[in-house]
Amino acid sequence: MAGLKALILQGYGINCDYESKYAVEKVGGVADGKHINQVLDNPGIIHDYNLLFFPGGFSFGDDIASGKVLANKIRYGIGREILTYISEGKLILGVCNGFQALVKMGLLPEPDFEQRVTLITNANGLFEDRWVRLRINSSSPSVFTKNIEHLWLPVRHGEGRFVPSSKEIMDHLIGKNLHTMQYVNERGELGGYPHNPNGSALNIAAVSDMSGQIFGMMPHPEAYNHPTNNPFWTHKYPKQGDGLELFENAKRYLEELG
Amino acid sequence: MKRIEVCVLDSLKNPVETEEIKKKINEIGINISEIYSINVYNIDEELTNEELEKLSNELFADRVVEKYSIDKPIREELHRIEIGFLPGVTDNVGKTAREGIRDVLGKECEVHFSKVYALEGNLNHQELEKIAGMVLANKLIESWRIFKSGDTSFIPYIPKVKIKSEPTVEKIELPEQPEKLRELSKQRLLALNVEEMEKIREYLKKPAVRRRRKRAGLGKEITDVELEALAQSWSEHCKHKIFNAVIEYEENGEKKKVNSIFKSYIKKATEDIKKSYVVSVFHDNGGIIKMDHEHNIAVKVETHNAPSALDPYGGALTGILGVNRDVLGTGLGAKPVANVNMLCFGILDTDVPPKVLPTRRIMKGVIKGIQDGGNKVGIPTVNGSITFDECYNTRPLVYAGTIGLLPAEINGKRTSVKTINDGDYAIMVGGKIGKDGIHGATFSSQQITGNISSSVVQIGDPITQKKVIDFVLEARDSGLYNAITDNGAGGLSSSIGEMAQMSGGCEIYLERCPLKYPGLDPWEILVSESQERMSLAVPPESMEKLKEIAKKHDVELTIVGLFTNSGMFHILYNNKTAAYLDMEFLHEGVPQMKLTAEWKPPEKEQDELWADEIGFGEGLKKLLSSPNIASKEWVVRRYDHEVQGGSVIKPLMGLAGPSDAGVFRPILEKEWGVVVGHGICPKYIEDGGKMAMLAFDEAVRNVIASGGDFEHMAALDNFSWPNPIKGKGNEDGGIKLANLVKAAEGIYKIATSYQIPLISGKDSMKNDYFDGKKKYSIKPTLLITVVGKIENIKKAVSIEIKESGDILYVIGNTRPEMGGAEYLVLQGIIRKNIPYVEIEKNIRNYKKLVDAMKLGLVRSAHDVSDGGLAVALAESSFSGGYGVDVNLELLKNDGCSETAMIFSETPGRFVVSVKERDVQSFEKIMNGADLSRIGRVRGDKRFILRLEEKILINEDAKELRNLWRGGIEWRG
Repeated sequence: MAGLKALILQGYGINCDYESKYAVEKVGGVADGKHINQVLDNPGIIHDYNLLFFPGGFSFGDDIASGKVLANKIRYGIGREILTYISEGKLILGVCNGFQALVKMGLLPEPDFEQRVTLITNANGLFEDRWVRLRINSSSPSVFTKNIEHLWLPVRHGEGRFVPSSKEIMDHLIGKNLHTMQYVNERGELGGYPHNPNGSALNIAAVSDMSGQIFGMMPHPEAYNHPTNNPFWTHKYPKQGDGLELFENAKRYLEELG
Repeated sequence: MKRIEVCVLDSLKNPVETEEIKKKINEIGINISEIYSINVYNIDEELTNEELEKLSNELFADRVVEKYSIDKPIREELHRIEIGFLPGVTDNVGKTAREGIRDVLGKECEVHFSKVYALEGNLNHQELEKIAGMVLANKLIESWRIFKSGDTSFIPYIPKVKIKSEPTVEKIELPEQPEKLRELSKQRLLALNVEEMEKIREYLKKPAVRRRRKRAGLGKEITDVELEALAQSWSEHCKHKIFNAVIEYEENGEKKKVNSIFKSYIKKATEDIKKSYVVSVFHDNGGIIKMDHEHNIAVKVETHNAPSALDPYGGALTGILGVNRDVLGTGLGAKPVANVNMLCFGILDTDVPPKVLPTRRIMKGVIKGIQDGGNKVGIPTVNGSITFDECYNTRPLVYAGTIGLLPAEINGKRTSVKTINDGDYAIMVGGKIGKDGIHGATFSSQQITGNISSSVVQIGDPITQKKVIDFVLEARDSGLYNAITDNGAGGLSSSIGEMAQMSGGCEIYLERCPLKYPGLDPWEILVSESQERMSLAVPPESMEKLKEIAKKHDVELTIVGLFTNSGMFHILYNNKTAAYLDMEFLHEGVPQMKLTAEWKPPEKEQDELWADEIGFGEGLKKLLSSPNIASKEWVVRRYDHEVQGGSVIKPLMGLAGPSDAGVFRPILEKEWGVVVGHGICPKYIEDGGKMAMLAFDEAVRNVIASGGDFEHMAALDNFSWPNPIKGKGNEDGGIKLANLVKAAEGIYKIATSYQIPLISGKDSMKNDYFDGKKKYSIKPTLLITVVGKIENIKKAVSIEIKESGDILYVIGNTRPEMGGAEYLVLQGIIRKNIPYVEIEKNIRNYKKLVDAMKLGLVRSAHDVSDGGLAVALAESSFSGGYGVDVNLELLKNDGCSETAMIFSETPGRFVVSVKERDVQSFEKIMNGADLSRIGRVRGDKRFILRLEEKILINEDAKELRNLWRGGIEWRG
């Protein structure tokens, strides 16, 4: 499989599939939308791809807890296939609701189907649409963020507050540099609200697994796919939609993987 | 029956939600020290403990942050109030829980969700009742149970609909006496007048009709199914009887006859304008215009006023979802790509009549409904506004609009054309049918009286709707159906009834319709407005493929009957005919209304003077923090503006500046965009004609300011009016109707002058509230929405000033028109010389500005409206982070006082900024336009307005911004 070939999960309230597909194609990848039921009916289908993309949205309406019902469906339905898939060095990306599903099914921060962290209702109790500054941890193993230092992306969520289950887990995340993106203020420091839009512990916005293949983030890279997405574009015209850098990195990695 | 309770660990309790509830409880005079919320899953199945543990750990509780309890109350030491849905009300969480249990246990269980609030405090039963009824529950859709502290007698909450009676078709003899007909109509909530009832009675007497009915097994009586179908089809909501009435209009003793406001002004405007990009107007669910060779957009704006008054959350949510479905049901189905919403609320924290919800509660509920409706379905909210006025205390207005994208052709077939053949299947997809939403169409055509059956209120389910959208778009692109429409007002009766006109008849088998619970009478199945349903006409050979796609998307699909060419609307229940009406009678039989309108011009303006006691600087600060002008950021951030990835000009740009219009690219591969803006100005209702032109001009201005092309625009008109039918208890109906005529005339005049066709619209005609003693009516409120095109999104312009040293201009002439000006309203001064639109001048100015913008010469543009020049300049200034130095001596004006120059709300004006090096080119292009070069952008944050050397305003822009942002205390 040469190049980036993404399976974009659809259905049951996932709603960022259109722009996610566009972002992958924009960097020269191939993207196929597949309904959750098509994947569950034919679990082997994931092996035809090298990026398994859980886009944002409101799968199952966020009822009970965001991402929870989708997480169970995937875990029970294709859990074993996913482990094989990961063992081949392939990638998994979860954005927003996709990130919520990845942590709740226990693929992040470690892919063993054991939940160790969670994302809960924002500290202000509200859904928030806002562009945020992100500092990228250069020591993170994530293949998605290689050579990126900063990003400016939109968040749009009501349940994005990152909470670890224990201090040990947090120490582990920090020790292994799995906390890949953090919300920062204009000076690049860990600021409070609104810089940290949801009250996340240690301002964590994105998490990688140790292999760097599995990545989850609350901000939406696919929504910064064009310079005119930037709320300051009429002030200073950006070179490109910076969110695409993550997909370019994925493509580069997968091209090397072959 | 089992019960699992879940709550967050104390260490992670989020104080925000509970503090808000505590505050509300405090407001009704009860003190509590703490409140905890607990989610409860009531499972109607005997599961083992092991199974329940598994469910708790893997599904219901997030073990990182939550604890659970099985069959034992959490915090039983406290008073507990449990809130659950009334039987039959859609329980979305319960539905999802059922799905979740299937995954974890492989079992089918019915689950009912409820919420428990555990309260700490010394409270008696009466106080707990009060808290439940006034703060925690909405009586129309929820019920509650109270457990005093220590009471462990609880049982799981299983709300089941129990309907005893056997479903039957009732036969009704229509009486001869008019009084009895009126009574019958009232009793059955038909909202038909005597003349209409008589028309039905006479229809049944026709010998040919009798013979046909006899053959079909019906007698000379009408069935309840038929009567209800007619009431839906003939309702004001579906037939717009007032807009199509013959009106005797009188003004200054002169009389004229208006034969249908709709045909004489609205439709006529579009016919007279003849724009080649107009694809489909007025006959479909929404209007369609062309965007490029391969793509069209469908647009629709709806109102959901009455439901939002009763259940603000549910009303607004179903309003948004409903207008999404309108667009999905336009042509062969358009993909919803953007939502807009324009809201009118009463004054915050003011007393309202009994049984009316407080404004703050209405507002919060409506906003939450719009939030869930847009965000959960994944449609960006790109534009909107909030207007506060006392007249909306008893009746909020909720205008919800959707723009949809559709390919011009699919498989060589034009998507704007629907055709249905004899023998096509009539298909219903989406939600099941319940008693919810029965009589929505007829109810909305009446004034609210405080006593309503809960069946008119309903909860929407965004996820079911999203599934339906995904399904429809895939079926559309596979060319599997011939026609589609939404199930909105009037339910199947209207959707299938209207589609059947295309084939010439239908045959529907009501017993095939999927029901939420048994026991619905046939007429209820036919007219129920249960949500998230679409109707399709499908050729038999496509059925198999269509079923496959439905299965994939987990969408329910039912063949409910056939389309025929029999000329009859034929409804059966258990193989017996329940309705047999001539299609023509059903759709064209309603008699034309005859109404009278009398116009009284507003009293002559008195030459009244006012004192500028507050001073210009203070006045500006007060204006910026007044509700109608203050930042709506708190609301706007609740809506997703980015989903679908095509945002260009969002509601908040730069330093959260308030954009004039929304711009987005619906097709990510393309560089053209859609521009959408609106105008709404009920404060000018002194003269409906002027008001309509002002609203229209404002909408156009907003679109132009953001980069829209003046030559590629279309408008939608949405009227929310108080009852305009003169009669007992509504003596001033004549003038309200005259204002309606005036408004329509105004629209015709400005639309034809600007050459902007009207492509769709809607009217909501009885926005009155009667509390038993007094009638409360809204101001007639016209919303004009304008959609346009921008050829290259990179040429879009936002309102914020971009750089120090840039040159500031005002486009348009300023006149001393202070009537309705916010600056005077603020001081309680009412003047009547409201502004007027100078059409020809505006056209010239707008065209030149658009040319300058296309060349990229304009760095910022902001329309001047509420608060006048000072507010427009201030918003542009602080949203860019710069100050300004403006000399009003340079402002083109018609003899304005200082006050009028600063605060007059003359339409047709913009504040723009231009780079110094572009000044020559800009002024050259603008040659011949009303252009005033008024000053320049300052590098510091001083906001200075002067008359030569005389300083009128000198403020700190940052402070102005803080006042503007903090203007409304949103919380609680």
